[in-house]
Amino acid sequence: MTRKTIKVDLLARVEGEGALKIVVRDGKVKSAEFNIFEPPRFFEAFLRGRHFAETPDIVARICGICPIAYQMSAVHALENLLGVEVSGPLRDLRRLIYCGEWIESHVLHIYMLHAPDFLGYDGGVQMARDHGAAVTRGLQLKKVGNEILQLLGGREIHPVNVRVGGFHRAPRKRELRPLAEKLKWAREAAIETARWVSTFDFPERERDYIFVSLRPADEYPFNAGRIVSNRGLDISAADYDAHFEETHVSHSTALHSHLREDGGSYLTGPLARFNLNFDRLSPLAREVAREIGLAATCRNPYRSIMVRAIETIYACDEALRVIETYEEPDRPFAPVEPRAGVGYAATEAPRGLLYHRYGLDAQGTILDAQIVPPTSQNQACLEEDLLDFVGGFLHLPDDDLRRRCEQTVRNYDPCISCATHFLRLEMDRS
Amino acid sequence: MAHRKPRLAVWKFASCDGCQLSLLDCEDELLAIAGALEIAYFPEATRGDVTGVYDLSLVEGSITTPHDAERILDVRHRSKKLVTIGACATAGGIQALRNFADVREYASVVYAHPEYIETLATSTAISQHVPVDFELRGCPINKGQLIDVVSAFLTGRRPNTPAQSVCIECKLKGNVCVMVARAVPCLGPVTHAGCGALCPSYDRGCYGCFGPKETPNAPSLSGWFERLGVDEKGLQRVYRTFNANAEPFRNESQRHDAQDHQG
Ligand code: SF4
Ligand code: SF4
Repeated sequence: MTRKTIKVDLLARVEGEGALKIVVRDGKVKSAEFNIFEPPRFFEAFLRGRHFAETPDIVARICGICPIAYQMSAVHALENLLGVEVSGPLRDLRRLIYCGEWIESHVLHIYMLHAPDFLGYDGGVQMARDHGAAVTRGLQLKKVGNEILQLLGGREIHPVNVRVGGFHRAPRKRELRPLAEKLKWAREAAIETARWVSTFDFPERERDYIFVSLRPADEYPFNAGRIVSNRGLDISAADYDAHFEETHVSHSTALHSHLREDGGSYLTGPLARFNLNFDRLSPLAREVAREIGLAATCRNPYRSIMVRAIETIYACDEALRVIETYEEPDRPFAPVEPRAGVGYAATEAPRGLLYHRYGLDAQGTILDAQIVPPTSQNQACLEEDLLDFVGGFLHLPDDDLRRRCEQTVRNYDPCISCATHFLRLEMDRS
Repeated sequence: MAHRKPRLAVWKFASCDGCQLSLLDCEDELLAIAGALEIAYFPEATRGDVTGVYDLSLVEGSITTPHDAERILDVRHRSKKLVTIGACATAGGIQALRNFADVREYASVVYAHPEYIETLATSTAISQHVPVDFELRGCPINKGQLIDVVSAFLTGRRPNTPAQSVCIECKLKGNVCVMVARAVPCLGPVTHAGCGALCPSYDRGCYGCFGPKETPNAPSLSGWFERLGVDEKGLQRVYRTFNANAEPFRNESQRHDAQDHQG
């Protein structure tokens, strides 16, 4: 009998701290666990009693990589509750700031976190020794995303300018203009990125996923849309809880989200968005997708790096559209008045669907909050990938096998410090 | 013997990763930094060696678990210089809000099985556990200041991070005071400089993410806030954000503890 346990005590190049344990018996993968050992930070608990206007600043601190996703989901859920409609240039500016976050987050993942797996390096900095031009292109491309965040948000991490109803200050036309030149360069760099990653060597592994993402009527999803799946789900964010549930299963190390109907896992994130909204991409992004061999349906999670590159092209395109058509709004935010109720929203964080729900009293004090981050939703799916795929890599030497397992986790770009719902489960409590 | 590059380590405790991400957000400087230093341990960016001794350790995050209270001793032991980065590491961070509440109640709100949660009742700054060579403020830290601090430690000089208030940065920028001109409550007078007066430049008041400046007069500022219509509960919340456990902010928030506060 052959026994083998692959352990990665601290998984590098993911955000936050996690570990991996795969148990192999008689040449078969017996169990796969993705452990979260991020200390709990209790956001949902201490949001209670805060004033709703403080929410964007507080929830940003859940995650340093995608603060905009948290800010956007929160303001949309609160606006849903308060009956506020944000439209016109303010709505466009929200798409623009989300473009900035997608660009910086996707490019960070592509160049610094995921590409080293395909090319055999410990990290992006080491990779730069042999692939200097590519890494420099990546850093400059990422910087353009950060410049959008800086201009619209004040800074790239925990931006200060987002508020319920819009922004504290709206940019002038002339402030946005210099970004356009940079974005034209960035769009070209994103196309080169897509071509570059498409030359990588991809394991031929596919699964028949349930994809879940937002789908708006006439645009690629950031802030709005119905929650849909490739199995016919089509609901509004207000019905999220009726269709998804987070369970705490005894063999697992974290809360897992499942579909209530059949208890199944599902996948959110770039692959899901791409497959469910291919027709909503810009013509250029679609054209490059076809050119690099991405069909309208891609079920190979290792190719998510290509999809991230396509979404980066889209984000550059969309950012340019907003900048070129921008008219300064009369005022930077729509007026908001507190009222009692419950509000819901989901938006598309770079790594997937992010759901928020808030209850308020008549003074605008938060009574309860629920936040379901994408990594929590993807967790069950991620472990199933490991169970399914690792068997095909068992012939590899241990070190390569470990790298394959890590790569399989990194497909998801998991973001562990959004630890609103993760916990460390002590299996052995002697 | 050939001159060896100084070894840098980046450690994470309870945090959002934002402060260490600042290093990866130094797009123009990152490869130069990597050339001047050996990035010996930085799991967010690379696989690395966790067994060595480090010339400079950057520590992000606060101490919230028994395991982390042990781990920081080891990190200190293996670091010639230890610099804390960000409000979590220098003041306990947003997660220090538990210090004013019942952590078991918190756990029961968030988790189905709170008994599995291993956590301390408090979130504390790194300096409450081990000696710290320098504390860099901010939630998140400022990239420019981070680069300055790293190069200061490489060249053996003091970091150049002024201890004045955000108000001074506002004046240097030529901002109109949001509190005087528009009656918007602003923590600028008691908040440590470093952000370049970001919030007032975006037409809003400072919410104190860089923490208390040296010798802040928070009670006096609270008096001004009251005159602007902020009630006791509001005053308590104003100081209870990302630096809630920094002493001057903690004291001032406790002065406004509402009577009916959960106990
Ligand atoms: S100080 Fe703020 S930005 Fe830095 S790790 Fe803590 S929460 Fe994140
Ligand atoms: S003005 Fe205050 S709250 Fe705003 S970024 Fe600066 S220190 Fe932080």
